[in-house]
Amino acid sequence: MGENVTANRTPAEIGLAEAFAQLDGKLPGNSDVKAKREEAFARFGSVGLPHRRVEAWHYTDLKSLQREALPLAAPPSAEAKTAAWNAQTLFAGLGARRLVIIDGTVVPALSDMDGLEPGLTVSTMAAALSEGDPFVASHLGTGRPVDDPAVELNTAFMGDGVVIRVAEGAVIERPIHLVFVATGDVPASTFVRSLVVVGNGAKLTLAESHQALGAAAYQPNIGLELVVGDDAQVDYVKCLRESTASQHLASFMTALGARAVFNHFSLTTGGAVVRNQLFLKLNGEGACVDIRGANLLRGNQHADTTLVADHLAPGCQAREVFKSVLADESRGIFQGKISVAPDAQKTDAKMMAQALLLSETAEFDSKPELEIFADDVQCGHGTTAGALDEDLRFYLMARGIPADEAESLLIQAFVGETLENIAHESLKSVLMSAVADWLQAGGASHA
Amino acid sequence: MAAVQETVEQVRQIDVDQYKYGFVTNIESEKAPKGLSEDIIRFISAKKNEPEWMLDWRLEAYRRWKTMQEPSWARVDYPPIDFQDLYYYSEPKKKPALKSLDEVDPEILATYEKLGIPLKEQKMLAGVVSDEGEDAGGDEAASGQPRARVAVDAVFDSVSVATTFKEELAKAGVIFCPISEALREHPDLVRKYLGTVVPTTDNFYATLNSAVFSDGSFVYVPEGVRCPMELSTYFRINEAQTGQFERTLIIADKGSYVSYLEGCTAPMRDENQLHAAVVELVALDDAEIKYSTVQNWYPGDADGKGGIYNFVTKRGDCRGRNSKISWTQVETGSAITWKYPSCVLRGENSRGEFYSIAISNGRQQVDSGTKMIHLGKNTSSRIISKGISAGRSQNTYRGLVSAHRKASAARNFTCCDSLLIGNECGAHTVPYIEAKNASATFEHEATTSKISDDQLFYCLQRGLSEEEAVALIVNGFVRDVLQQLPMEFAVEAQKLISISLEGSVG
Repeated sequence: MGENVTANRTPAEIGLAEAFAQLDGKLPGNSDVKAKREEAFARFGSVGLPHRRVEAWHYTDLKSLQREALPLAAPPSAEAKTAAWNAQTLFAGLGARRLVIIDGTVVPALSDMDGLEPGLTVSTMAAALSEGDPFVASHLGTGRPVDDPAVELNTAFMGDGVVIRVAEGAVIERPIHLVFVATGDVPASTFVRSLVVVGNGAKLTLAESHQALGAAAYQPNIGLELVVGDDAQVDYVKCLRESTASQHLASFMTALGARAVFNHFSLTTGGAVVRNQLFLKLNGEGACVDIRGANLLRGNQHADTTLVADHLAPGCQAREVFKSVLADESRGIFQGKISVAPDAQKTDAKMMAQALLLSETAEFDSKPELEIFADDVQCGHGTTAGALDEDLRFYLMARGIPADEAESLLIQAFVGETLENIAHESLKSVLMSAVADWLQAGGASHA
Repeated sequence: MAAVQETVEQVRQIDVDQYKYGFVTNIESEKAPKGLSEDIIRFISAKKNEPEWMLDWRLEAYRRWKTMQEPSWARVDYPPIDFQDLYYYSEPKKKPALKSLDEVDPEILATYEKLGIPLKEQKMLAGVVSDEGEDAGGDEAASGQPRARVAVDAVFDSVSVATTFKEELAKAGVIFCPISEALREHPDLVRKYLGTVVPTTDNFYATLNSAVFSDGSFVYVPEGVRCPMELSTYFRINEAQTGQFERTLIIADKGSYVSYLEGCTAPMRDENQLHAAVVELVALDDAEIKYSTVQNWYPGDADGKGGIYNFVTKRGDCRGRNSKISWTQVETGSAITWKYPSCVLRGENSRGEFYSIAISNGRQQVDSGTKMIHLGKNTSSRIISKGISAGRSQNTYRGLVSAHRKASAARNFTCCDSLLIGNECGAHTVPYIEAKNASATFEHEATTSKISDDQLFYCLQRGLSEEEAVALIVNGFVRDVLQQLPMEFAVEAQKLISISLEGSVG
């Protein structure tokens, strides 16, 4: 069905094809990497940008949303680096190990590459690709979902990113913070690919933030592959506060070993068009994931959270909770799929997506899916959409709380459930204040 | 408990032959030549003595259909259908001038008798004590006798062979007749509503149906009338290599009420047969339509050979204020089910309901659900779907709930539960929820699980056999939906459920 529709190429698709041809031989990597890029681009080229007839992208029609393909960002200038350094980042006060990525390029000079804890290795993707690092080569693309155009594009164009390895049994107390900064002075696109491999029994806390300094059009395509070994634990948070000139595509691909624990939280308040994709593969018996997220949107913002959890081994547990607060003309989308393979008996999976619509013109689309092939499972999902409860507001106002404050309290309580499980206390309080910031910003469009 | 005992006994009785409606009636029939072309459509239209506009309507649909592609998004898998390798029209050869039921071919009467559908008036559906004796007169029925009575329209392959209680219904002003007859006798009424709920352009199978539909039921309940009895259509496919394309149109005028039941069976054959029906319901101001289906087409054998492809478009339009449409379905048959009875909630305060039990066993594939489209203010809908998968079947719930910009204060509650019996089947849930209005309140919940060991253990402890225990638990699981069925059907459906699950325990 869908294939026939792609006959006419859009300017963005033509732009991408031209860019790929021009960059031939200029992107990092040996012949194997080059072959990978070409295969990925060929797969992308055969279907083009996804549109509403493509089921997985039904509510985020990239073909019409992405009018043009912006040129690849130039390596950051000295001024850009200074500007980025001076900009206050969200997690600045955490004392985290900062790895700074400006306009898609890792800037070691601004990053804390020294004094690594025993068992921790940090390098850049550009270097790993150029040197043909066998470790990176063996892991890259292993968690790749089938036929996802955003991931294909990322693989085709990937330039830089970070490569983090945590050795078996190493417990890294100091959080690692990936600081993504867009200078935003000229329209640009970036393709960042990172790889994080956490060995058996190891432990890591990873934070990721995205911000833009200027307001030029910006198309980041972020890929992150995370491999969590047996008995290992990874806590991950992401905060997206880019300008509303950004079209942000992020693909998070995780493979979990036996009894691995993965806690995830993501907060989106920025971006014009955001698609956060999470691909989870629970490969090992007894893995346990807790995935939460909050999208706070206003103006014309469009944010799509798409989650695919593949339960491939017995006895895994998954909890997924997503909340959207939608003001003005914004549009929130949640697509979640729990898939249970025939062997994954005793799976226990629950998914909840809730939306609070603050304006008559906001829209929420939700598609929680279950795909079950094993009989001894407990799986459930729920979704709700509605306005603020008038009774609750009345209750607060009857106790002397002004209307807007009451509303703000109720929204915080609504969002709060997604934050409460963040183990790292200061990370949690920073994210809570980010939610409060958004509420403070009030009716004006948030940048 | 008594009901469970009954179902278990029922299962035992038919232990050998699970599908008891799989016999073939030997009857001479008249068929249109194989294949589909404009000539075939002209043939069908001429056969039915249709007005000119109807033929044009069909031909337009056919021309559009030729440009359409079969939908491929459902989670069903089947070899491509050769639409030229089917008979599109088949009718039992009839004696000239059929005036009363006595003249209906005794073979056909016997068929319906065997199916438990009495065409002789006064008899009732299986499960309720039947009353022998002659027609006591219409007045008594209208005055509301305690025992339930059902008017039946029996559709055999492509034609309606009998409609009962016609006169009595006519007294109340209710029109209940084959749609081919309605096209001749009430052309204005049909023309006004036909295709307004499911347009000829709607989807591949609906468009095909618009081109070739041969018969089906037509119901019109006039303003303020509460239909004095349940109306029912019984569909039977008999002929081999024949598709059944029936079209049902029900109109409930202002302030009226009608309850309509539909049942279907087919012989056991190795080949797959196509059933592509369209059902349109129109409820005007303050009207209510209750539509119940017990679908028991032949599901194919244990290896998935044969069976009916049930590709059906059913849609109700709550056109008037305070109108209500409720769909209740028990789906146990068909090799493949592709069916989404929907409600368009256009009128203010209108209400849509969908209650479904979908049971799949053997190699059956079910992709079924509903659409609730909220367009008007204060509209509400409720979806209760219970899927049971056993054997090597795949059972998918697929549904859409949407509130459009103007649907202020729309409300929906959806609950879809799936039960898995055995480790080779699959249960899937694919709901779409689209809220474009802040004051719309949507709630959706779904669960999938197997029969819990605790529950089973508890029953076994108390001396039930495993089969009885499963029957009891399953009956409890589907109770919410069974309660919505008219009584006669509820009994039938309960039996059917235990039959369908036979062979999946232990």
